[in-house]
Parts: sequence; structure tokens; C-alpha cells
Amino acid sequence: MNQPNLTYINKLSNGDKDFSKKLIEVIKFEFPTEKTIYYNHMISKKYKDAAENVHKMKHKISILSYEKGYELASKHEDNLKKNNNKLEKEFEEVLNRISTFLTLI
Amino acid sequence: MNCIIIDDEATARTILNQLCSEITDLHVVGEFENVLQGIKFINKQYVDIILLDIHMADFTGFDFINALENGQSKFKLQRPPKVILTTSDKNFAIEAYEYDCVVDYLLKPILPLRFNKAIQKIKKNMHQASETSLVSNLIETSENQIFVNIDKRLIKINIPSIYLIEAKGDYINIKTEKNNYVVHSSLKKIKNKLPDALFFRVHRSYIVNINKILEIEDNTVLINKELIPVSRSSKSELIKRIDLL
Repeated sequence: MNQPNLTYINKLSNGDKDFSKKLIEVIKFEFPTEKTIYYNHMISKKYKDAAENVHKMKHKISILSYEKGYELASKHEDNLKKNNNKLEKEFEEVLNRISTFLTLI
Repeated sequence: MNCIIIDDEATARTILNQLCSEITDLHVVGEFENVLQGIKFINKQYVDIILLDIHMADFTGFDFINALENGQSKFKLQRPPKVILTTSDKNFAIEAYEYDCVVDYLLKPILPLRFNKAIQKIKKNMHQASETSLVSNLIETSENQIFVNIDKRLIKINIPSIYLIEAKGDYINIKTEKNNYVVHSSLKKIKNKLPDALFFRVHRSYIVNINKILEIEDNTVLINKELIPVSRSSKSELIKRIDLL
């Protein structure tokens, strides 16, 4: 899918609403910090460190069943390991979509 | 079975905890956000399974496995824990299976069915290991002696001196006139190692040496001052086995 959604979380929780709520709270807590650290590394052009942050965020992108975002994050991570930031803008769009989604759920 | 989770991401730990909670006999006894905390814990407490992330700051999952396999952990690893690697990276699969303790490699996000499969694999593995260990703890060397493995020492027992063997959970207590020996084994396994002419299973929890029986009364036998129950189904067979005037 080209949008974050709750498909995986619903499958995992199997109707356990308390668990879904708890997991979403943990993601809401962790994601902004990881995003900030990523942007700081990008500003200071520490691309290899930024690749580590993308790796962490990639897991959350997959938990939110955002397939297109995950594909882009994987390519961006690989590029950053080679000091290449050509997907920076597109990845920023992915991060923005997730941030918006997290405010809505 | 108990397990610990080592992952620097709280989201991943929350998911793994949920997956573990769906398996009735699997208990999470610790959650750690780095390798050092994990090592500290297993130095104090034995765990059956370690759910281990690969990508972590400072020390990686592989650093942890190296410490575990090279015995850098103070914990005496008589039965090393089984490791399930959890990662978002496919590229480490080949390296992962080079380690003896690694049983499975799960790609994040982990699906419940795939997680269950990994746990089933460990259960099967542990069951097979336990069967092997039960047999190898008893070594029959001749008609009159048997060696038992206790705390990594092989101890010889003179078979005719055994008067009673009782089951104690996963262990058996072999009683002789001088000593008692507690061995990780089962009555079924030891029965196969002992001469049939001498030993008889009087109850699901007891094997007696027929020559040492002093009295049989109702559904009990007296043997070396101990009163041992005899099951109804075994009593008639026992009477046939003794020399009745």
C-alpha cells in the first residue's frame, strides 16, 4: 500500500485492543525521537549514521504496513551507506505521511 | 520454557512480548535494550531462549553470540540457550546459521505464524536433546555394575546393592544400602539397563530389588525399613516372581 495503515497491527493483536493501543503508543513515543536524530545526521551529512536511523525507522514503516514507504526506505538506507543522499526528499515525504498518520490514530 | 528479549527498539520488544504471550509455556523473564544488560542477566539466571536483535548500537547481536559461544559469559552453560535472531535485514542469514546456538532467523515485522514455527522448532530440538541425555546418564558396563552421570562425574554402582529406585519428576533416586544417587533419567530407561530377574516395577514410581524385599502385606512391600506401595496390576505378577513356599 502507498499509505500507512493498521493491517499488520490488527493481525498481530488478534482483537486485543489494549495491545494495539499499547503498541501504537510505543511507536508514537519512539518515532519522533528517531526522526529528529535522523534529520540531525542528515544536516551534518553523517550519512552512515543516518542509515542506521533509517534502519530503525524501516521497522516501524513495515509495522504500519506502508509497503511503498518500506521499499523507498530500504533503497535510501543502501544509498546512505554509500554516502548518497539522492532519495532524501522522497524519504522525507514518507516520514511526513507517517507523522500525519500517527496523529490520526 | 523461559526467554529473554534483547532489542534496542521498544516497539520491537513490545511486539515480541505479545508474540510470546500467545504461547502458553513460554515466559518472558527479562527485556533488555542492549547486549551488556543481556549478558549480565544470563550470568545470573539460566534461560532457554534468547530473542536477539542484530542491529544494535555499541555491541551487535553477533557480538553477544560470540560472547555466549566463547564462554565469556560467567554462566555455566551446560545447556546453552537457543537463539532466535530478529532483524529487518535479510543480508545476515548466512552468517547467522554459522553459529551453533542460532535456531532461526526472523525478519521483521514478525508474523505470529512464523514466530510459532520458530518456537516449535526449539521445542522439538530440546525434546530430542533431553531424550539423548536421559539415555546417556546411565551406562551399563557389566551384569553387576552400572555407571551413572551425576554432575559430570561417572559414578559406579554395584547393581545387587540397589534395593529401591524411585521416580522424582525428571529424576530418579537410586537407593543402595550405603548411598542414594539422584540421576536425571526415568524409571523406564533404568529398567532396561537392569537384570529382569532381580528388579521389578511394583508401582509407576517405584522399582524394587526382589531379593531385598522383607515383607509383602496387602498393597505394600517392606524393603530396608521403607514401606513401598504396590499397584493392584503389579501385585499378582510380583507374587509369581518371589519364591513362595
